[in-house]
Amino acid sequence: MPIDKTVNSFTEAVSDISDGAVLMIGGFGGAGGMPHLLMLALRDQGARNLTIIGNTAGIAAPTGFGWPDGVEPIDHAVLIENGQIAKVIASFPVSGSVSRPNAFEKGFRAGEIELELVPQGTLAERMRAAGAGIAAFYTPTAAGTMLADGKESRVFGGKEHVLEHALYADFALVRARTADMVGNLAYTGTSRTFNPPMAMAAKVTIAEVDEIVEPGGIDPERVDTPGIYVQRIVARPPASGGGMVLP
Amino acid sequence: MTDLAPRLGRDVIAMRVAREFGDGDVVNLGIGIPTLCSDFVPPGVQLMYHSESGLLNCGPLADDGHGDVDLINAGGQFLSPIPGMAYFDSAEAFAMIRGGHIDVTALGALQVSATGDLANWFLPARGVGNVGGAMDLAAGAKRVIAAMEHNGRDGTPKIVPECSYPLTGKGCVSLIVTDIAVIEVLPGGAGLQLIEHAPGWDAASVQSQTEAELEVSPDLTEITLV
Repeated sequence: MPIDKTVNSFTEAVSDISDGAVLMIGGFGGAGGMPHLLMLALRDQGARNLTIIGNTAGIAAPTGFGWPDGVEPIDHAVLIENGQIAKVIASFPVSGSVSRPNAFEKGFRAGEIELELVPQGTLAERMRAAGAGIAAFYTPTAAGTMLADGKESRVFGGKEHVLEHALYADFALVRARTADMVGNLAYTGTSRTFNPPMAMAAKVTIAEVDEIVEPGGIDPERVDTPGIYVQRIVARPPASGGGMVLP
Repeated sequence: MTDLAPRLGRDVIAMRVAREFGDGDVVNLGIGIPTLCSDFVPPGVQLMYHSESGLLNCGPLADDGHGDVDLINAGGQFLSPIPGMAYFDSAEAFAMIRGGHIDVTALGALQVSATGDLANWFLPARGVGNVGGAMDLAAGAKRVIAAMEHNGRDGTPKIVPECSYPLTGKGCVSLIVTDIAVIEVLPGGAGLQLIEHAPGWDAASVQSQTEAELEVSPDLTEITLV
């Protein structure tokens, strides 16, 4: 039986995400690299009390400027606005503008959403560590700052380092350009960001892609995320465009 | 004390910072004044820009409305492609930063202390903030330049004996470029040395706008941009 990780619909792809699940959601801070249709399917599926781990907590609209005509970026904010998120683990959770708070900031101020703030590089490395079987590691990032409060520290080579622990998830929702049926992924441009380390760190990784090809349809020399890290793949309808347009 | 002379604009601060870049340097520019530095790179200096978005080398900002969502900088702005680019994921982007592969980073600052501590990410009045990649850059780049206005909008000095805002990194800043001065952070926590002042300013007038004590360089000059 040939391996085929294809799932036929976005609804089916997220159907077993239960209340209280810990999710990693890919992307950086704009529409690129974000699994838009998986997020919309999860919004409609309605699982609640979720933890989301990602770079931002819903800032695509305020940060994106110069958008191509007719493009409306969406991001984690759709889940926050829908009241599904209990906790956010992120490095860039709020809008860059104090006067335009995003959905997360409003929920945080109302005491409805908990925040664990993590430096961006530490966030990525904690995911990579989880996928690579490294329980914890020492990093110089954040030494002597309030983000190191309560953490073990140790001096190496005269420089203080902070102990940071691996970050695991039940599910990762990632976005790639192309998948083959066995789950190998290839990305485009700066859309990689957190997607590859998230795919490593989750028990179940679901990849939203523009195109699913036969095995061999991605040159093995050009595979970015090997299929061992990917459990489900689901293709965007052709009409959804080359990576951005959303309802 | 009233200003002796006009303060420099943000683009002039960026111009002065850009003079610090050497040919072939790998440079990471933070959001704000630092982003402007790419417009003022001296002739003959070729840089490799690194971005936390997973990018090495890039062209200028894309024309409005012609952005590609899969070609962005760390501020989410759309870029244009150039030959010789490389893409990578976030774990690798930050391995490059922590691993000491970035020659220079220019970062904005809310406060810099007399020992080069940097505070640039958290406004206590807001109670929540974005740390992004700032702490990684502060800890990992070979050289950190703070590019900032010398005083807050209400005149509050931002160069202080000790930062009152939460830190981004301890002892990480080596040069401070402001709208009235260029100040070196002396190694080993030995304090600050004023090396350049804006036209019309002098050591005493810069000190009057600075809460931390400034040692005055014997070679003090006016800021030069070429």
